[in-house]
Amino acid sequence: MSLLTVDELTVTFGGRGRKESRAVDGVSFEVDQGQVVGLVGESGCGKSVTSLALMGLLPSKGLTIGGRADFDGTNLFTMSASARRDLRGSEMAMIFQDPLSSLNPVVPVGVQVTEILERHRGMKGEAARKEAADLLDRVGIPDPTRRLKEYPHQLSGGMRQRALIAMAVACAPRMLIADEPTTALDVTIQAQILELLKELVDQEGTALLMITHDLGVVAGLCDQVNVLYAGKVVESAGRRELFGHPTHPYAHGLLGSIPRLDAPRGEPLNPIRGSINDRIAWADGCAFAPRCDRYEMGCLTGTPQLTEPRAAGHQVRCVNPVLDDAKAEEVPA
Amino acid sequence: MSLLELDGVKVHFPIKKGLLFDRTVGHVYAVDGISLKVEAGQTYGLVGESGCGKTTLGRSVLRLVDITEGSVVLDGTDLAKLPGEEMRRFRRRLQMVFQDPLGSLNPRQNIESILSEGMVAHGIGKDQEERREKIKSILDKVGLPSNALSRYPHEFSGGQRQRIGIARALVLEPDVIICDEPVSALDVSVQAQVINLLEELQEELGLTYLVIAHDLAVVRHISDTIGVMYLGSLVEEAPSDALYAEPKHPYTKALMSAVPVPDPEVEDQRERILLIGDLPSPANPPSGCRFHTRCPWAQAERCSTERPQLRDVGGGHRVACHFADEIAAGTLARTTGEVVPATREGVEDAPVSEELAAATVPEQAGPPEQESTKAETAEKTDAAEPAEKAEAAVEAAGQAEQAEKAASAGKPGEAAEAPEPEGAEAPEPEDEEAGQAEEAEKAEKAEKADEAGKADKAV
Repeated sequence: MSLLTVDELTVTFGGRGRKESRAVDGVSFEVDQGQVVGLVGESGCGKSVTSLALMGLLPSKGLTIGGRADFDGTNLFTMSASARRDLRGSEMAMIFQDPLSSLNPVVPVGVQVTEILERHRGMKGEAARKEAADLLDRVGIPDPTRRLKEYPHQLSGGMRQRALIAMAVACAPRMLIADEPTTALDVTIQAQILELLKELVDQEGTALLMITHDLGVVAGLCDQVNVLYAGKVVESAGRRELFGHPTHPYAHGLLGSIPRLDAPRGEPLNPIRGSINDRIAWADGCAFAPRCDRYEMGCLTGTPQLTEPRAAGHQVRCVNPVLDDAKAEEVPA
Repeated sequence: MSLLELDGVKVHFPIKKGLLFDRTVGHVYAVDGISLKVEAGQTYGLVGESGCGKTTLGRSVLRLVDITEGSVVLDGTDLAKLPGEEMRRFRRRLQMVFQDPLGSLNPRQNIESILSEGMVAHGIGKDQEERREKIKSILDKVGLPSNALSRYPHEFSGGQRQRIGIARALVLEPDVIICDEPVSALDVSVQAQVINLLEELQEELGLTYLVIAHDLAVVRHISDTIGVMYLGSLVEEAPSDALYAEPKHPYTKALMSAVPVPDPEVEDQRERILLIGDLPSPANPPSGCRFHTRCPWAQAERCSTERPQLRDVGGGHRVACHFADEIAAGTLARTTGEVVPATREGVEDAPVSEELAAATVPEQAGPPEQESTKAETAEKTDAAEPAEKAEAAVEAAGQAEQAEKAASAGKPGEAAEAPEPEGAEAPEPEDEEAGQAEEAEKAEKAEKADEAGKADKAV
């Protein structure tokens, strides 16, 4: 059994007279020990809400969470609040996107790191401070004892992200959720942070749920990739399978619209037309249909289900998938 | 002569201290001596990380910040010395597209008002009627409906707002458009639309672009010439293809290696150069070569004392490094930094289906050294995989293709009988039970394939 099994997770905002809006609409995936699973999608596809729901960081009012998320056999959503607090930060930890706004600006970094050690590992005083310095050292912050006394604004962007990772790994969690950990960083710093995450997974066997919009990051890091569109997984496959044979028109279009460093120049990109729609319409058909080149009448009758048209373990939610490139050109809508 | 020429441009911001008398206690050397030429009808891409001064340089061309030293010559006129009013009139020929499309549009002005403001200021069009006609034709060019005129910025999506920003620059019929991070605020699928639009407009109207961005892949895609900036100065400048094929400056090498490519086949063969530490402060730049504190090839003496100047190394390729030739020839050893594989070591490689097994290495025209590394890695993977397994996979791929053909021809019987591509799907030895399970799966798949075939026919 997998360490984290998410089954039909739904998150609905609104209610109480306000119009309901479903941010996550039946997302299922599994993450195992030492495995990296990617959640990829554009802004508004529900990837961050998924991670916040799993960590229990969404507000308790004004939304409903449905489905199950089993962590090591226990459903996270039926757990008591105090049990959840014990779990959060020790067994499951999260790395946030924006390191500056996720650190408290008026508290020195050292206090913020030792806080976790005190809460979960019962360490105190000098011992906690020493451990905190060791942690900062481990994530590659030079001169850790001095840095412990500094405030977040005194650290550079890369170092803040490292400090945040140090806080996340302080209790050697079995499960890490990284929500766009490198988006706010420059590429050379991104390379450093990705290297750090790779080491964590390979050496400690941590399970990593990688949430990102950057397909390049996914290509070298993730074992299994889930592509999200408007709150649903539209394609799920191993990384080679996904990048070699993107089968859902959205994944196909996404890969065609990224300028690649190694692609021959002068060819225009193949963008997906339109932009992501606020109205999530999975109930009446495929939410991607208005932007899809392979749209046909069948797309608007009921929600398409995940199928395996190509190979085992390669799931696609589409009635008219791209089965090979030649065919895609043959059948324009 | 080039359309736009920058010569030794410096922009230094004073750091002030004191309550009553502003004492200048130092300078932020945001742009520190940049010379470049932009040819008419071409695109010059400026790339660099945050804090390298690329945005300041773009703004200094428009004189939105004061130039401390140096000259900016557009079509024979030195902008750095133009008095205010003349500069204002000159800006018609030099427009800018800003990074944040929402932040750069006034939320309380409708689109017609936003677009006609510049025209009024520059005296274009006799009356509003004429201006409106002109605006409509430009809106059509950037792909916005003409009913957009009476709407407000918040009613548009991010991509559309960026189109409005482009339209605002275009209505003045400028010679040069400076695009400061034109796509970084947009989602990838929308990004491509805007990039294509910029390219189409250039072709149609013969525009000249100075594109400023941090995304090397975007810059490479649209630029003819690329300049790489580090801490206020250019470290390398080359035609786009030459820069990609053979980056000469250590910083460019590191930058290029750090950009992830969305293709596992390529990532598996790439290596990343990890730079140590962060960008130094531009208020207190390192002596000598600005990059020597992080450079993997930094040498003891010369790099920290003598500042390298851009020098031509042939084919319009300019580089500011003392040891570029030695590094290219491979005679200089790395002193610091680390080179790591781009792909995670323990990544789980699920079996690949069908054709992919047969054709593993994609045919991509790459530079010669890259090809050799590709070949090496290909050998390695071959050695790692047992030969029979690879063979089985190829065989299975063929069989799977047959099955697919049969299915799409609408002959379910044949498809069901076609042998299961075991090698491609289940590498572990199977017992009887697994075999049965597979049988069932096979039948199910054939059925599905048949359905798909029918659907195809129906279309």
